[in-house]
Amino acid sequence: MRRAVGALIRKDVRLELRTRESIPAMVLFSLSTFVLFHFALDEAEVSGALASGILWVTLLFAAVLGINRLFVADREEGGFDGFLLAPVDRTALFVAKATVLFGFLAAVEVFVVAAFAILLLGPSPWPGLPSLVLVLLLADAGLAVIGTLVAALAVQTRARDLLVPLLALPLSVPLVIAGARACEPLLAAGGAGALEARWLGVLGLYDLVFGLLAYAIFDFLLEE
Amino acid sequence: MFGRGLKTLSLITVALIVGAFALVFFYAPNEADQGFIQKIFYLHVPLAIVALCGFVAGGIYGILYLRSGDRMHDLRSYVAIHLSLILGVGALVTGSIWAKASWGVWWTWDEPTLVSFLIVFLLYACYQPLRFSIEDPERQARYAAVFAIVAGAFVPLNFMAVRMAQSLVHPRVLSTTGGSMPGSMRLTFLVSLIGMALLFVTLWKYELASKSATFKLRALKRKLAGEDEIWTGNPRRSAAPTL
Repeated sequence: MRRAVGALIRKDVRLELRTRESIPAMVLFSLSTFVLFHFALDEAEVSGALASGILWVTLLFAAVLGINRLFVADREEGGFDGFLLAPVDRTALFVAKATVLFGFLAAVEVFVVAAFAILLLGPSPWPGLPSLVLVLLLADAGLAVIGTLVAALAVQTRARDLLVPLLALPLSVPLVIAGARACEPLLAAGGAGALEARWLGVLGLYDLVFGLLAYAIFDFLLEE
Repeated sequence: MFGRGLKTLSLITVALIVGAFALVFFYAPNEADQGFIQKIFYLHVPLAIVALCGFVAGGIYGILYLRSGDRMHDLRSYVAIHLSLILGVGALVTGSIWAKASWGVWWTWDEPTLVSFLIVFLLYACYQPLRFSIEDPERQARYAAVFAIVAGAFVPLNFMAVRMAQSLVHPRVLSTTGGSMPGSMRLTFLVSLIGMALLFVTLWKYELASKSATFKLRALKRKLAGEDEIWTGNPRRSAAPTL
């Protein structure tokens, strides 16, 4: 299992390094969204709830782009067939893909949060940064799990591009509620406030429930 | 196969629904604050509760389908979710009317139950598009079951997250079901709830009986006319499972 997961992760990372498809697209998309928010809201600087909302909506939509691409290469180039022929546990594909998506999201956020701090954010991001990283990583885990599941569900259908956002957005509402509320005091105008532990609890519970669920039922999305 | 006991069940359901309406209009007192409009509560809340239970039941039948591979479970799951979606529309509309009458707005973001119900409804609204977009019937059933399970687990989690997001300043009309409701109101509410649940089960069984009878008829026709029988079924597109 561990070797299979490692091999699959190496394959996806190598693919991304050579094609440079997902991560640059997600980062560029996020930057364009910040510009759009600047003009749509007519604000030069944002803080508090508004800043947190803009950051989360942007990250979520960027994640949907990545989720959409997650299994496309496997489907079009026969990656699924190759994997199904290999004598390994099928859950390995889920673990590998979720890890890869988690890595992609974290990599995108490094650029996007930096760009957000430069372009739109009023107060300094530094005091709240450790808590912000913690919240983002917990939410990334949930997004990676649910994203992998939705991507695997949608990739075999005719309406893939339609179904991914339609399924992923309602499913990630709890993540956005908890993430945006948790980040609100961190990005407040009068200096970073304290992080509320209950939002971390919601994020952790979400990760746990859907992580276990996806681990249990992912196999059924692969059987031929 | 599904027809057994349907007649008795239908009669009990009709009796309970009529009884519930009689209680709502002639027995339960008018609420002091909201007056007559509060009686929509006896329709709105049972609709919402039964719809949510139907969604979760769809998920449970999804699990049974994945475990057994019996297409009947897929049909049960599909019909439960389909009916719950219809009840869900009813719950959203009655909720909106109630909000307009008692708070003066068609929609309020302060009521966590209403908001989480909308999110759940939006998620389940994708169930039929998902089925539509998969051609292979076996894969359609399997993917639909996976969706039903994930969404079924999402229902309680989502309610918790949305409820936590609200500051608790708003009067919680919907959470008074166990607490401050006077006995006559609680009795009326319980009868309405049971009536609605029975209505759901009755409709569910009718739909299952109708669907399985259609499939049996089609199979018999095919047997009679030979394998090259022309498709005589419903020409409309349907996301319903075929047996």
